[in-house]
Amino acid sequence: MPIDPVLALFSDRLFFGAVAVYTLAILLHAAEYVAARETVRAPALVGAGDAADGAGADGAGAAGAEPAGRSGSERFGRMAVSITVLGVLLHGASIVLRGLATERWPLGNMYEFTAAICLAVVVTWLVVLRRSPSLRLAGAFVLPPVWILMFLGGTVLYAQAAPVVPALQSYWLAIHVTTVTIASGLLVVAGVASLLYLLSGSGKAAALVAKLPSAAALDRLAYRVTAVAFPIFTFAVIAGAIWAEAAWGRFWGWDPKETVAFVSWIIYAAYLHARATAGWRTTRAAWINSLGLATVVFNLFFINMVVAGLHSYAGIG
Amino acid sequence: MSSPPTASPSPPEAAPGAAPPPRRPSAATRMLAFGRNTWRGLTSMRTALVLLFLLAVAALPGALLPQRSLNQSLVDEYFADYPWLAPILDDLGFFDVFAAPWFAAIYLLLMISLVGCVLPRTVEHLRGMRAAPVATPRNLSRLPHHASAVLDADADTVLERIRGRLGAGRRFGWRTAVREEPGGVRTVSAEKGYLREAGNLVFHLSLVGLLIGFAVGKLFGYEGQVIVLTGGGQFCNSSILGYDSFRAGLRVDGTQLHPFCVKVDDFEADYLPNGQPDSFRADIGYQTAADLAAGHTDRWTPYPLAVNHPLRIDGSRVYLLGHGYAPRFTVTWPDGQQRTGEIQWKPVDQVTLLSEGATKFERPGVTDPEQRRTNQLAVTGLFAPTSSGGALVTSVFPDLRDPEVAVDILRGDLGLDDGRGQSIFSVDQSKVESGELVRVARANLAPGEQVALDDGTTVRFDGVQQWVSLQISHDPGQSAVLVFAITVLLGLGLSLSIKRRRFWVRIHPGDGAGRSTVELGGLARTDQAGYGEEFDRLRADLLDTDLPGTGLPGPSNTDPPPDTHPGDT
Ligand code: HEM
Repeated sequence: MPIDPVLALFSDRLFFGAVAVYTLAILLHAAEYVAARETVRAPALVGAGDAADGAGADGAGAAGAEPAGRSGSERFGRMAVSITVLGVLLHGASIVLRGLATERWPLGNMYEFTAAICLAVVVTWLVVLRRSPSLRLAGAFVLPPVWILMFLGGTVLYAQAAPVVPALQSYWLAIHVTTVTIASGLLVVAGVASLLYLLSGSGKAAALVAKLPSAAALDRLAYRVTAVAFPIFTFAVIAGAIWAEAAWGRFWGWDPKETVAFVSWIIYAAYLHARATAGWRTTRAAWINSLGLATVVFNLFFINMVVAGLHSYAGIG
Repeated sequence: MSSPPTASPSPPEAAPGAAPPPRRPSAATRMLAFGRNTWRGLTSMRTALVLLFLLAVAALPGALLPQRSLNQSLVDEYFADYPWLAPILDDLGFFDVFAAPWFAAIYLLLMISLVGCVLPRTVEHLRGMRAAPVATPRNLSRLPHHASAVLDADADTVLERIRGRLGAGRRFGWRTAVREEPGGVRTVSAEKGYLREAGNLVFHLSLVGLLIGFAVGKLFGYEGQVIVLTGGGQFCNSSILGYDSFRAGLRVDGTQLHPFCVKVDDFEADYLPNGQPDSFRADIGYQTAADLAAGHTDRWTPYPLAVNHPLRIDGSRVYLLGHGYAPRFTVTWPDGQQRTGEIQWKPVDQVTLLSEGATKFERPGVTDPEQRRTNQLAVTGLFAPTSSGGALVTSVFPDLRDPEVAVDILRGDLGLDDGRGQSIFSVDQSKVESGELVRVARANLAPGEQVALDDGTTVRFDGVQQWVSLQISHDPGQSAVLVFAITVLLGLGLSLSIKRRRFWVRIHPGDGAGRSTVELGGLARTDQAGYGEEFDRLRADLLDTDLPGTGLPGPSNTDPPPDTHPGDT
């Protein structure tokens, strides 16, 4: 399979373009957040009316943000979202061009995988915003992890466009890795929501996130996104097992990556159970969800780069 | 799940240690109580949570420490690096986590807990499916969703309209029950989303099936590796002895393997210019148990064996795992006797396939055992499929472009008769150290070249054959695992996407004819938000009628839904 160097080059440029555009979006979100201090907080100081904000009355946070209307904060926020959409377009085009340049599914090494997870996170975030626009202020916390991942992807993990080894030449690559990517993207958003929820209830540090939508809204966001991600993740693990049966001679062999996927799966199952157990529904559940995110990130980086296993095709550098 | 203010059956979440016996009970009663409490504790959600955590934590060392089942040499390395820690970890089973008794104990407890939790729920669900939806709560305005209005229609008309809107009696409609209350008041109880619980139960029971399928594989499955030379090398799955390595299930003694044979004709590898492999393919032929039983031993069904493309016959699978080279040498002794040796050498560099090995010969036609023992020959050294050239041979490319060997030829006692097994890839170094095996020549040879020894014996490098390593796997639990994995997924999809919700209506006959007061109430029985919208639609359809005004304030919805959010759906 010949590589098209021109397409590969354009793919790389679009990737860096996307990073640049996301940088701008983050700055705009930061401006939105800072500006929100004057608008939203001020009435709160005077009226102390949204004491219910953190206590879980839904919509209180949203209602608090609305009167600001076309304030500076609002304008910055809207620009940030538009710019994010532009970033997604560049980002998506970069991935498509990689696929065209290599004539294969563009998820063959860690650079490509990380890039795709980042895209999944941002797309998930935009979908969430469409359904619950009042969460927009949280963008200042969702996009930076994406930026860091993409920075690592473009530097440490970067790999030249190239064909993949025979073990990866299977349509199961498209099925397994794409679904893992989507699930990971969703789980990152859910995990960030849970972390923000925990922050908002954490005494001193709570000031940092005081302007965010209500804690209850964050908690609900975490649950909903996890509830969508978990079946997708389950499917991805099963698809991986089916592929392993054809590629490695057994469907499950406790390879390090399989083991950590198992651990993540159990932790997310525990999260869903906690949501149905008295005394575990909110704060403890949020801790479990954050732990789940930690195992997903651990699986992506530590297991790929430090532990040797069958999954380590990853081609780093 | 917000706790329902109705008398709905609560989930089996009984607190352990509930209901202490009032007076000093007999020993038997106490035993019984203890047993019951233990069982309740074990099947509670909280215990399930704790066990899930334990399972996650227990699995982690399996990813962080080297595991025997994956790579023994990494375990050995760990022993060398941490001589004081490794034996302790080993005693605790940390290098074999997934076979350790403590790991099994956790998942077995979890499964018991799960069955104990889910079976009663199944019974309850089946009963609930037949029972009428629960009676309407007395005070509907205390529900999270509620509304009321006065309508210009008599109670019968309203009731019919409501039943029609709810699709009562239809297949995917609400399940409804109409009840009478004193004073001509009538109520409708409706419930929807039973598939959620059904999915939940299917999911949990499938997990048990999954575990059983897994266990069957571990008990009755086996897996072995064997190296076969191309150019017609054969392997028959008749006995463990045919394998180079073999891992048997706990109930497999090797006498009952599933018979079939394979023959390897050719192997082809394509490489990219940088040496990265692009494709591997072995052209093989096979004979099934039926072929063998029918005596068709000369007919082979052709099959292209490739990575990601295993051969599946009668529940066994054959995989192409790896490949390498087997250089062929011919030794000609001074008396004209000849022997040809061809045995696999093992790749020491996976990228360039530089290989090392030892091809061993015994001098033919020697009758004196002592003479025979001390005149053995070994050709040992390196093989490069694409040689770098020069005195120091190394390989620059994995494909057979320019093969060359760099060998030492040793003569003496190879130790083949010592009764100790020795590696096929090397000579016994102790024989070299003791001087019983002496180097008599060193040469770099291209195919066709030969080297002469001091006694006139010649050793010729004839050429190269390829070998492939095959894995044969048999797992009778595998199909069951797949089926249960699919039902796990279906159950999960249902239980996470369907909302279980209840809807109640109370119709008070109006003071005048053709009037009635209608109260609505709704409750989502699950954690999921989003019932608010559906409730609002129902309310709009049932209460916002275009009948002439009633003189009373229009439909009111004093509904501050605690689990909905503007913009949420
Ligand atoms: C391998 C072990 C287990 C796994 C992976 C697992 C996984 C799950 C998942 C993913 C759900 C869906 C959660 C939801 O509907 O929101 C669930 C629900 C549930 N599980 Fe488990 N489970 C396990 C063991 C158990 C055990 C041992 C029990 C009982 C002690 C249990 C009781 C329940 C109950 C009652 C629900 C329904 C929660 C609700 O009302 O929504 N599970 N489980």
